[in-house]
Amino acid sequence: MLITCPYCGPRDVSEFSYQGDGNRTRPDPASTDQAAWNAYVYDRINTAGDHKEIWQHSGGCRSHLAVTRSTLTHKISHVAFARGGLASVRPAGRDHGDHA
Amino acid sequence: MAEYSAFSILKNAISGNRDWKPAWRKPDPKPSYDVVVIGGGGHGLSTAYYLAKEHGITNVAVVEKGYLGSGNVGRNTTIVRSNYLLPENIRFYEHSMKLWENLSHDLNYNVMFSQRGILNLAHTPGQFDDYARRGNAMRHEGGDAELLYPDQIARLYPGLDVSPKARFPVVGGLLQPRAGTARHDAVAWGYARGADRRGVDILENCEVIGFLREGDRIVGVQTTRGDIRARKVAVAAAGSTGRVLKLAGIDNLPIESHVLQAFVSESLKPILPGVITWGGGHLYVSQSDKGGLVFGGDLDGYNTYAQRGNLPLVEEVMSELLAMFPGFAKVRLLRSWGGVMDMSMDGSPIITTGPLPGMYLNCGWCYGGFKATPASGWLFAWTIAKNAPHEINAPFTLDRFHRGILIDEKGQGATPKLH
Amino acid sequence: MSPRRGNTAGRVDRTRTIRFSFDGKSLTGHAGDTLASALLANGISLVARSFKYHRPRGVLTAGIDEPSALVTVLKGEEREPNVPATMLEIYDGLVVVSQNRFPSLAVDVGAVNGLAGKAISAGFYYKTFMGPVIGPLKGTRFWMVCEHFIRRAAGLGSAGTAPDSSRYERMYAFCDVLVVGSGPAGLMAAKAASEGGARVILAELDSRFGGSANWSGETIDSLPAADWAADTVRDLSGRENVRLLPRTTVWGYYDSNGLAALERVTDHKEKPGKGEPRHRHWSIRAGTVVLATGAFERPLVFPGNDRPGVMLASAAQRYAAEFGVLPGEKIAVFANNDGAYAAAKTLRDSGAAITAIVDVRADISAEARAIASAVGGHLLLRHAVVATEGGKHVSGIKVQGFDLASRRLTGEARHLDADCLIVSGGWSPVIHLASQAGAAPKWDETLQAFLPPEPAQNWIGAGSFNGRFTTAEALAEGLSAGLRAAGGNGHPEAVPEVEHAAPFSEPAPVFEIPAKGKAFVDLQHDVTAEDVRLAHREGFISVEHLKRYTTLGMATDQGKTSNVPGLAIMADALGKPVAEVGTTRFRPPFASVSIGALAAERYGDIKPERLTPMHDWHVAQGAKMYAAGLWYRPQIYGKPGETVEQAYVRETKTVREIAGIVDVSTLGKIAVQGPDAATLLDRVYTNMFSTLAVNKARYGLMLREEGIAFDDGTTWRLGEHDFLMTTTTANAGKVMQHLEYYLDVVWPDLKVHVTSVTDQWAGAAIAGPKAREILATCVTGTAVDNATLPFMGIVSGEIAGVPVKICRLSFSGEMAFEVYCGAGHGTHVWEALVEAGKPFGMVPYGLEALGTLRIEKGHVTGAEIDGRTTASDLHLDWMLSKKKPFIGSNMLGREGLVAGDRLRLVGLISLDNRPLNGGAHIVEQVDEANPRHSIGHITAVCYSPALGKYIGLALVKGGKSRHGTRAFISDPLRKRFGPVEIVSHHFFDPEGSRMHG
Repeated sequence: MLITCPYCGPRDVSEFSYQGDGNRTRPDPASTDQAAWNAYVYDRINTAGDHKEIWQHSGGCRSHLAVTRSTLTHKISHVAFARGGLASVRPAGRDHGDHA
Repeated sequence: MAEYSAFSILKNAISGNRDWKPAWRKPDPKPSYDVVVIGGGGHGLSTAYYLAKEHGITNVAVVEKGYLGSGNVGRNTTIVRSNYLLPENIRFYEHSMKLWENLSHDLNYNVMFSQRGILNLAHTPGQFDDYARRGNAMRHEGGDAELLYPDQIARLYPGLDVSPKARFPVVGGLLQPRAGTARHDAVAWGYARGADRRGVDILENCEVIGFLREGDRIVGVQTTRGDIRARKVAVAAAGSTGRVLKLAGIDNLPIESHVLQAFVSESLKPILPGVITWGGGHLYVSQSDKGGLVFGGDLDGYNTYAQRGNLPLVEEVMSELLAMFPGFAKVRLLRSWGGVMDMSMDGSPIITTGPLPGMYLNCGWCYGGFKATPASGWLFAWTIAKNAPHEINAPFTLDRFHRGILIDEKGQGATPKLH
Repeated sequence: MSPRRGNTAGRVDRTRTIRFSFDGKSLTGHAGDTLASALLANGISLVARSFKYHRPRGVLTAGIDEPSALVTVLKGEEREPNVPATMLEIYDGLVVVSQNRFPSLAVDVGAVNGLAGKAISAGFYYKTFMGPVIGPLKGTRFWMVCEHFIRRAAGLGSAGTAPDSSRYERMYAFCDVLVVGSGPAGLMAAKAASEGGARVILAELDSRFGGSANWSGETIDSLPAADWAADTVRDLSGRENVRLLPRTTVWGYYDSNGLAALERVTDHKEKPGKGEPRHRHWSIRAGTVVLATGAFERPLVFPGNDRPGVMLASAAQRYAAEFGVLPGEKIAVFANNDGAYAAAKTLRDSGAAITAIVDVRADISAEARAIASAVGGHLLLRHAVVATEGGKHVSGIKVQGFDLASRRLTGEARHLDADCLIVSGGWSPVIHLASQAGAAPKWDETLQAFLPPEPAQNWIGAGSFNGRFTTAEALAEGLSAGLRAAGGNGHPEAVPEVEHAAPFSEPAPVFEIPAKGKAFVDLQHDVTAEDVRLAHREGFISVEHLKRYTTLGMATDQGKTSNVPGLAIMADALGKPVAEVGTTRFRPPFASVSIGALAAERYGDIKPERLTPMHDWHVAQGAKMYAAGLWYRPQIYGKPGETVEQAYVRETKTVREIAGIVDVSTLGKIAVQGPDAATLLDRVYTNMFSTLAVNKARYGLMLREEGIAFDDGTTWRLGEHDFLMTTTTANAGKVMQHLEYYLDVVWPDLKVHVTSVTDQWAGAAIAGPKAREILATCVTGTAVDNATLPFMGIVSGEIAGVPVKICRLSFSGEMAFEVYCGAGHGTHVWEALVEAGKPFGMVPYGLEALGTLRIEKGHVTGAEIDGRTTASDLHLDWMLSKKKPFIGSNMLGREGLVAGDRLRLVGLISLDNRPLNGGAHIVEQVDEANPRHSIGHITAVCYSPALGKYIGLALVKGGKSRHGTRAFISDPLRKRFGPVEIVSHHFFDPEGSRMHG
């Protein structure tokens, strides 16, 4: 698998650490809504298809990336910095190696 | 249907093996059943078997989207053990072990459960104490466990690097003598045949595409082979649990699906007596009766439903195998494959009534699914038949995560890839 | 000259004689021979025994698809089992033995299995060996006795236990175009792509590039095909943008066009050259892959088809044309297509006699007919071979009439003379990699073959791989694939012209000849056609069930020659077309890969070693080093004759009475810097850090989101916006990732930068009543008195000319200081501290004493913060701030985390004055014979010099409520039982007067 880091370029998956489901929103720290906290900590959408997830480029720039990747084919359709606003890339078929 | 025995084999050999009958029928779906079990893997089949055998509920269908046993029951490394740390898990897996020990007779099918032992290697005094804690926990729950020291280990496993110069020297190990391996496919086939002989319909190539509902209540399934009504619908879909429950409107579960790769080498003359695990990383290996080294390690570590992994994990696992057995460098890897694991948030399973009326749920098997097969089916059948859990599976609820009553075997918390 | 060397030269070098041995017999061959060609040249055809029935087996193929001819290569103590003789290039001094036979290849007692015949057909073992339900052999016992013998009979070669002296190497490569296979299609593709400017890698699993060009006998561009191939390779090898990889099997097609290949660099040499590894593991990232992997010829299934002397037609052709070796002198041919006729011609031209051509078809092409008449011998159309004759080698065949339409035998069987039978049942494209890339192959009824799927990744197929079996088509497809792969750059050149083309036809749809007798589908696993039908009868009809029930295709060759015939026989039994039966998905590896190669540079060097700056000093002082994760740390600094316990007790006592020094460089250290640093710390720690004064440190506790304790350590405030966080050694990496995750994903608004500085700082802790005095003698630039350096205070100064940070904090309960300096000066500062301590009698102490000091003090570490305990379980509730939310704060109140029966931290005192064991359990009443009712377990143990007793920490149900009560340790594993008193975990100086002092 090849993940195109917006900062470093396309890199092998072995440079990245998977940080899990990127669909969850952490409740406001002051929130005491126990159900919301429980859902944030334990519940997963576990999509069969395009899945938004967080990867850290731990063997590179250490940025966290929000990656949209199919859990059926492993094809990556979108990568952006998790903190947003900086840059995002939609890997082209060719340099990504996938058949577009 | 004929009993299997040495006698029946000879009798059939004389008649040119022409009289053997299918191990299970290939029936058409009936319009309704008392229980429909979703998932024709080990757990679904054993559930059906024990529903019939233990509870007299025989009007049962097992629906399977592909061929029977196409999931993890035929994709694991065949290890059977009950060497767990936490009492809830030990009780569960000990129950399973006892069923395993008589399973071939029970099913009249040789599942080749061979109790050649599992040895967990420890590489630091701290790790050794952890294993001692685990072994003692097993002994306090009636299980079997022994500590071994390097000289004993070296005698058992020639070729194992026990030298003090090893990067992670072996300081001892925990042996569970009753553990071992079984022939994985035989477990699926034996349960299928056993259930079929008691009247259960096994419906292959029958994918669930929706649920039949009356109000909140689940009253059957829509399948690629038509609608099937059922008084009770039991889900035993392992890695596909999320996909199945989404059809019932349940979008979130404390489960992630991950791929676990497994590996087998070319056939060798006997060199490993039992199952052995390495504590310097994560590696387990045994040798099949055919002679192949069967081994695996960590998950690839990302959500997936594809039964395929990637190369970095392959390299990691091979490196770890050679750290244990340097002499295996010239042995060749023959096959690899991937299975989709239903990883739960505490590494322990879920066997429960619900989450919807008329529904029963069995999932969250992580790495433990194969060895759990008999107990999982036995306890799930109990739960379905009695509408309440048995005391052994009572802790394995779905709501335990939110309530904080966790059974966190590895102490890793809600990080499924680490369980 | 050996009698079996043909009169054509082949590609072997007849001027060079190679000496090797097979089963102890000295033999010779030529440079360029494989073991298979050399054995055949020596007239040796019995090479191996089969897996189950131990039947004599010879050489079926000339390549990687070989199911039968497996041998073991010996190099001193080292052995490599299961090597296909067809892939093993001989070299001087090669030692090979046959395998899976006893006592010898010629006389193998295991062959008795063959007599059991039908009783041990597919899956028989599932139906028996279950044994009695009562008595000593009940349960699994009987099976295990049987299994013992089954295991010994199974297996193929033996692996060695001695470490492999070979070196393995990894190579990462990136290219625009990876061409897999160097037959006419692959060569053209590589040529066209490289002319278009692409960076090209051309991988060929054989030692010679060229594929079928080496033996087809055709002419390409007016040159013998082999010469055309050699010229093309020479041309490619001169191009800067082309890398040629011979002996390289591309075996894995992973995600994002990541491919894995094995290069057998020196297997063909007696000794590797300088710097050469045995194997090289290639991890290749390719823009586009050209799959020009060719096709495997299929055998036909008929009784006796496994006897040595039966060989694939293309293999025989190849031995004759490429190696100059004849597999027989009187050769019969059996085919369902035209391809075998070219083989007959080559063999005839090389000097063999063709005794008969047996073809199931009624009509054959005019070209085939012309060849048949040219080579002589009987042409028997509408005939089939129904048996082979002979013992361990073919001495003749039986043929009978065959009606293609009904697929029935007709007339009477009759004998024909032959010492070799070559067989062709059609061709199967090598689609494995395409299937691995993620799609299912499709059956083509005309070609009677599975063709590649639509690409699921970026690859282009060419030649036989695509079912385009003629050389002309291969050249044209290769050219076009190369151009496309290079992105359409470059100029299309003319497709080379092929003359003397070998005849080709689609095969007749015949896979099996319905005659009586054992007809083998999978030669290595001894799966017969009857086994396939038995699987059908018993309902194992899906492809996967067929494979798993009969073990068809699961041998070392992975069914390269047997999968399709097996499927076809199952389809026939089902009365369905093959297309509806389907095929199994191919998984990596395409062909077996040495495990050593996959480990590559990590073979013998599994993980990096982390050493503290003072490591060499510890070793020089005789410290016993101890692996802690990747780190090495001193366990004790033992004196001659001391036991471990004596050493740590001495060290501990010295700390309590005078002072000791310990290396704490392994602690995780993270610089937390920025205007919001204090805010971040308030959120990740349970306690408050924003109120911490500059130049003060505070002990902090972190939780995971679930409210479970995660890590602890002190964090130092070096400036308003500048903190130095320390973590436990084990969790250093995890805490770093934890902080980075929250900063990047959850709180991107916080202006904080975190940097791991673990390796930048060396740390030493000196502890004991004399610690301050010792420090005072060597520190300059600051005072270290109570006023300047109060408890949890931080000062900067110098030791031996090196700037240091000193924090007064204590893990031991003594007056103690942690001294940090730049890692490069670690030993220098450490030695200065040791020197300063000498007059006082200070000693270095190791992990055992460190542990003892902390246990006496009741400090928790990873043994207690085990991922399941809460702050409350560890009596750290006081650290849970009520004034602010922190990670985990909202999850703490859940019922499971506040339950009364949780395991909670206590102290234990051994009441029988014997040591306690880590990992022992605690019970209220001992039952040695039948241990039960554990109420907890011991996490840490030591002999406490301060108390004069063996003590421990434990996690026990009820926790504090049990203080002052008696319980028992129950350690059946080590047969240690005995009474303990449950006490507070603060054994020593609970008020902390010594460290505050």
